[in-house]
Amino acid sequence: MNQPLELVCPAGTPAALRAAVDAGADSVYLGFRDETNARNFPGLNFSRDELRAGIAYAHGRGAKVLVAINTYPRAGHQAPWHRALDDAARLDADAVILADIGLADYAARSHPGLRRHLSVQASASSPEAIRFYHEAFGIKRVVLPRVLTLAEIAALNRQIPVESEVFAFGGLCVMAEGRCALSSYATGQSPNICGVCSPPSHVRYIDQGDRLVSKLGAFTINAFSADEPAGYPTLCKGRFSTGGEASYLFEEPTSLNILALLPALAEAGVRALKIEGRQRGRAYVAEVVAAFRRAIDALARGEPLPPLNLQAVTEGQRETAGAYRKTWR
Amino acid sequence: MTAKLTLGPVLFHWPAETLRDFYFRMADEAPVDSVCLGEVVCAKRMPFFAPQVPAIVERLKRAGKEVIHSSLALVMNERERRATRELAAAEGFFVEANDMAAAALLAGRPHAIGPYVNVYNEGTLDVLARRGAVRVCLPVELPAPSLAALAGVPGVELEVQVFGRLPLALSARCYHARSHGRHKDSCQYVCGEDPDGMVVETIDGQPFLAVNGIQCLSYTFGNLIGELAALSAMGIGRFRLSPHDTDMVAVARRFRDVIDGRAEAGAALENLAALVPQASFSNGFYHGTEGAAAAGLLAQA
Repeated sequence: MNQPLELVCPAGTPAALRAAVDAGADSVYLGFRDETNARNFPGLNFSRDELRAGIAYAHGRGAKVLVAINTYPRAGHQAPWHRALDDAARLDADAVILADIGLADYAARSHPGLRRHLSVQASASSPEAIRFYHEAFGIKRVVLPRVLTLAEIAALNRQIPVESEVFAFGGLCVMAEGRCALSSYATGQSPNICGVCSPPSHVRYIDQGDRLVSKLGAFTINAFSADEPAGYPTLCKGRFSTGGEASYLFEEPTSLNILALLPALAEAGVRALKIEGRQRGRAYVAEVVAAFRRAIDALARGEPLPPLNLQAVTEGQRETAGAYRKTWR
Repeated sequence: MTAKLTLGPVLFHWPAETLRDFYFRMADEAPVDSVCLGEVVCAKRMPFFAPQVPAIVERLKRAGKEVIHSSLALVMNERERRATRELAAAEGFFVEANDMAAAALLAGRPHAIGPYVNVYNEGTLDVLARRGAVRVCLPVELPAPSLAALAGVPGVELEVQVFGRLPLALSARCYHARSHGRHKDSCQYVCGEDPDGMVVETIDGQPFLAVNGIQCLSYTFGNLIGELAALSAMGIGRFRLSPHDTDMVAVARRFRDVIDGRAEAGAALENLAALVPQASFSNGFYHGTEGAAAAGLLAQA
């Protein structure tokens, strides 16, 4: 391994940005407060002024700021996305994270000096697809879809001319990212266009006495008895019925944690690790970032990985290595 | 209207003989202009159908149909990559790319882009057209104003799915196998048991989705028979029928009749409802609301 893994951390707010930088993030990623990024939740994200201040704070402490403009511009209404790119360039962001082909083309032509990463939302899961984004738009890094196994990632890294970044910790999309219209089907809000999956505006909890039902739009996503903690009705983490049998058909409410795979990922040629969670508070961000900082530093020194106890912050108190292990499929 | 009809690829794991007979009948009887062939969902299914393809292509061509070879929608492993490379390299094939791997390999010669590639705006459409895309079947979730804006981009023919369950998501994980307590590698082709997909209900018994291997479809059948005239007026010149385990010749005739002005949309819709009694129809995406919703003509039915 030539250089230590880069630790890329979420910042949903200026406070989370400072927490991540203080806890040892090499980079933070964030978005503008609108539909141009894939975490368009109320109360999250950055105004232009907040971005300027955030970049100053990060750069002052040796950290980078990556701006996610990773939704798909609406046909006939591409201006907000172009403006987001122009502003990220003007405010001296270190890179932009893009998914849309048209937007990547605009970025390459209008801001050739601005470093471009390919968002996981582009779902580029093969060397052929990744080379296309590199050759056509000068993409320097790809955030790999969470659909790949470790062996596939290692093989992929030998065949692509760009750096790779993988998801290390946090929420887990079980569908190929950027290619899922489930939430759109239930709510009319497209995650790809509006930047929000299972939007809070369409969530209802209905107390039926013996059980609490969670709904997204017109559809029941889950139901909980009085002694069960009620989770947020993220569509693909719901309980559904096939052949008369109810189950977590798509995925249990688990959280991704690949800490144990850290040495293998470094060995597989991965350049950067991404912590999911721009919707998380600064305490969560600080705790997870610090834990991964210690682990990456230990790995770089050739020491055994320090014991980590992040169970308390993981969703549903359960963890998975996801598709990185082939049996997940 | 002068619109053309495309029969989309069969998304489900039908027995090879069933598929052959289905395509022979479509060649002989269905009033469609173009027919998509090929496995889009799961590379594990490919060996069954491959030996049938030459005879089907021949029959379709003899009937005057354009043949489109559809590529896999999710390309990750070596097997999927090889299949995609072979398809892209096949001499004389008109290929529909359903993933950017295929689109990349097809650059520089005329090809189609399928509904699994994210074409959401003019910028993307323009890039793909410059690289050789001559036809694009748009993602199913685009609302009417987006379709209209895209139809204004010159030099590329646009297509919209107007019949059949809506492809909503893809995954590395096989939900068919998972729902039967199996992994993808040991699936025993359990997806073959559900010729229209496996219905997924909410725990309150409300039909919601349909699982087809690694693919998630809508429970409802998308149906834009009431929107054909508006789509045509926008400049969308091709409509896609996604095959189901029903009389697709009759389905194609209903759409053809409306396009040719031989039938009113309302009467054709009644006909379709009788033809496919198991289906409940939706058109919400077109109308800018929940994809599952029935608006416009469907709401009046």
